[in-house]
Amino acid sequence: MDAQTPLFPSAYDVKAPEGAEGWEELYPYYLTFQPNLREKEDAKFWFCDSQHWPNPFKPFDAMTVEYAVRCLGQYNTRHYLVPPANGVDYRIHNGYCYMSPIAVAPEKIEDRIPQFLERAGHYFQNWDSLLDNWHKKVKANIAEMEALSFDKLPEVVPLEWITEGRGVDPHLDLMANYDAAIQLLYKTWQYHFEFLNLGYAAYLDFFGFMKGQFPTIPDQAIAKMVQGVDSDLFRPDDELKKLARLAIELGVTGALKSGTVEEALAAVAQEAKGQLWLDAWEAAQDPWFNFTSGNGFYSTDKYWIEHLDIPMGYLRDYIIRAEAGETIERPTEKLLAERDRITGEYEAMMDEEARAVFRDKLGLARTVFPYVENHNFYIEHWSMCVFWKKMHALSRLLMEEGFWPTEDGMFYLTRQEVRDALFDYGNAWATGGDWIGPSHWPQEIERRRGIIDALSTQPPQPALNNPPEVITEPFTIMLWGITSESIQNWVGGGSVEDGLSGMAASPGAVEGLARVVRSPDQLGEIQEGEILVTPVTAPSWAPVFGKIKATVTDIGGMMSHAAIVCREYGLPAVTGTGNGSSLIKTGQRIRVDGNTGKVTLLD
Amino acid sequence: MTHTKFILPFDCITEADHGRVGGKCASLGDMTQAGVAVPPGYAVTTDAYEAMLNETGLRAEIEAQLARLNFDDVADQERAAQAIQIRFRSHPLPPAVEAAIRSEYARLGDEMPVAVRSSATAEDLPDASFAGQQDTYLWVTGADAVVEKVRDCWASLFTARAIAYRRRNNLGQIEVLMSVAVQKMVNARAAGVAMTLDPLNGDRTRIVIDASYGLGELVVSGVVTPDNYSVEKVLMEIVDRKISDKHLELLPDPAARTTVEREIEGPRRTAQCLTDVEILAVAQLAKGLERIKGCPQDVEWAIDADLPEGENLLALQARPETVWSQKPVEKPKMSYATGMMGIVGALNNPIGSGG
Repeated sequence: MDAQTPLFPSAYDVKAPEGAEGWEELYPYYLTFQPNLREKEDAKFWFCDSQHWPNPFKPFDAMTVEYAVRCLGQYNTRHYLVPPANGVDYRIHNGYCYMSPIAVAPEKIEDRIPQFLERAGHYFQNWDSLLDNWHKKVKANIAEMEALSFDKLPEVVPLEWITEGRGVDPHLDLMANYDAAIQLLYKTWQYHFEFLNLGYAAYLDFFGFMKGQFPTIPDQAIAKMVQGVDSDLFRPDDELKKLARLAIELGVTGALKSGTVEEALAAVAQEAKGQLWLDAWEAAQDPWFNFTSGNGFYSTDKYWIEHLDIPMGYLRDYIIRAEAGETIERPTEKLLAERDRITGEYEAMMDEEARAVFRDKLGLARTVFPYVENHNFYIEHWSMCVFWKKMHALSRLLMEEGFWPTEDGMFYLTRQEVRDALFDYGNAWATGGDWIGPSHWPQEIERRRGIIDALSTQPPQPALNNPPEVITEPFTIMLWGITSESIQNWVGGGSVEDGLSGMAASPGAVEGLARVVRSPDQLGEIQEGEILVTPVTAPSWAPVFGKIKATVTDIGGMMSHAAIVCREYGLPAVTGTGNGSSLIKTGQRIRVDGNTGKVTLLD
Repeated sequence: MTHTKFILPFDCITEADHGRVGGKCASLGDMTQAGVAVPPGYAVTTDAYEAMLNETGLRAEIEAQLARLNFDDVADQERAAQAIQIRFRSHPLPPAVEAAIRSEYARLGDEMPVAVRSSATAEDLPDASFAGQQDTYLWVTGADAVVEKVRDCWASLFTARAIAYRRRNNLGQIEVLMSVAVQKMVNARAAGVAMTLDPLNGDRTRIVIDASYGLGELVVSGVVTPDNYSVEKVLMEIVDRKISDKHLELLPDPAARTTVEREIEGPRRTAQCLTDVEILAVAQLAKGLERIKGCPQDVEWAIDADLPEGENLLALQARPETVWSQKPVEKPKMSYATGMMGIVGALNNPIGSGG
């Protein structure tokens, strides 16, 4: 270490909280900081990605970090040869993940340009047809996952298998299906990034051009020119609104209003036109209820289709609001007209030469940007919903066979350990002896649960070691919204005297009472007219956006999910405050200014 | 319609009239006819001024004074100016002119307080702020007073500074004509100026507003430091606000038939003098005027305490912004990178990197 004190601590000086000792063994060896590489690792800047992984994850869930970040890298490094940027190195420390982008050596950048032009150029030129194909590939991948089944091993091999002379047993399928699920997940994340980096790159080009034309133009104005209004991401919420309207039209709102989901649906069935509504309710579920109130990265994420009480709750809110005469539908025509107005007014302020360039860059940004919004439904929601559903089924199966006492037991194992447990299961099934798991895993899972719980008591560091003088890595800026300026905010964060600052992500200014929400399970606590304060929001929280006045998040940039949804709902938002959700308390009066990015604590 | 060639109500001014109503009245006429809320009023045309010169013998008297003026002698200029002012006041207005001013005034309302302002003709505009062209009389009440102030405006063409200015710029002395605006007075709760670009750097995406309590004259003359708001022009969002200590306000004094400066006391001094809704309404007004006129504008506005909310914001004047609008647009140093090279450029020098 040199004499200069780094801005952020070294990972080696950030100790695990009490009770979390030994956490390193919960994750693969290559995911933790390596004492014998300390010098090298301390020389790099690592920022915490609490935008995607706000809570310490269980060993099995770590797979989502591995696949997501690895696949982000492959396209930069090996597919398109993005001139200045390779992938992002990542480590897990005390249950949180820290990222460190890998730049291309300056002397090699030039050489990559022709390859990038050819490879990425092909994608830009054939965007629509390639994207069409992407949808087919992703749906096929989902169908394959959906087809996987995890069944208990039978007492005896079915007689047909004997008479057909198959010569294998069902455990082979069980193992194969598990391996297939993991492979399909891996493929899911490859697909996720096939278009994403390119989409952001085209957006960045347009963004930079606009900043060059109008140095003071708000980031949100640029976003508004590009953002779509009919993103698939809004479809689940739109479906609920349609169902609310249909319930009113068919006169089944009384039946829907109370009781459990089953009770309400049974009551609807008694109504004269009840069946019509029930058919619509069923039809909306595939695929639109493959939707999580989390972000897809955790085994604890709840999906609507498995927790129908979630969409039912939102539906009931919509019915109440629609019956009170409110317009619950998104004003898409107004949003489109507004987008045209904004675009036209900026264009009118440019000279002729700039205008032609503007139209070009805007055109490309608008072609590619819908992917940036839409992919989220197909990957984080739909694909991940099916994946987690299958993994929950497998965990339940092994629970029923005595491997662990709770449904979530399997997620305290790494993906390799699950494979071992499955072999253990099939092994003893074959020998006729006892499987070892039930005497091994329950206490081990309890120990690990204690570690994860202990890790959760300590928030992550925003970053480790020294940042570069200026952040020039394009993906850090695009995907995480991290700039030299935002790092300064983290360092200055914690002072509450003049409030907090973050990104002015969605315009407007309001005052109100804060509601701090740290997990989706707390969404029900939100009262009408409160200001949502949270580490990070998921787009699927959309239904609560009808209730709240504004949003403040710790993490996220102009194109973060919170920012997109807030602009859509016309709510002020300040994102990326660093630590707003720790400093602000529920019930506190705050002022949120989405024009300046300031949050003021009023008492 | 009572207007004669001497009088033109704002809502009757056509483009063909611009030469004889001066810049200020022409702009008020344009705004009125574009549906912008402007206090009602009328122009006393240059024909009225010419009638004054020609029908009263004033022209010969002025020419005589100017003929024996030594332009290089400041004291002599001052003497001539005084003499001409006295000559102006010694003549009643031609009866047809006076009758027209009085009857149009009566149409505004009985004993209606008005502002009487000079409205320079277009030829004199290279430096609109030259002396004598900015004469403004506020809270003028009664037809007699209006007639008198119109004549004072005309006389202000011959202050020593105005004479010297025209001499310096090779403008004729007696050839320069003047129109006068008579406009219903606003009982301003707050007033100020809005520019449809940032005067500090020419940024056309901003509307910058100066605002203070009372009539806008103290803002224009710089006697108070106004609140300063910056509004993003396209999103119409307030992006910056500097609240000042506003120590004075100019208010009407109906009893004295004039205006009075009053000290502002208490927390009101340092409070934001417009609500956010009002700030945005002023910005919207200025933006609308920029669109109508097709170039950046400098707008004087006021919020009338006597009018209902939503109808109380009035435009008092709009003129083209002259400083930044006349600068050539700065061309980017390099030509734009387009297509794939644009994307390569964006990746190599992402915004926010300071590069």
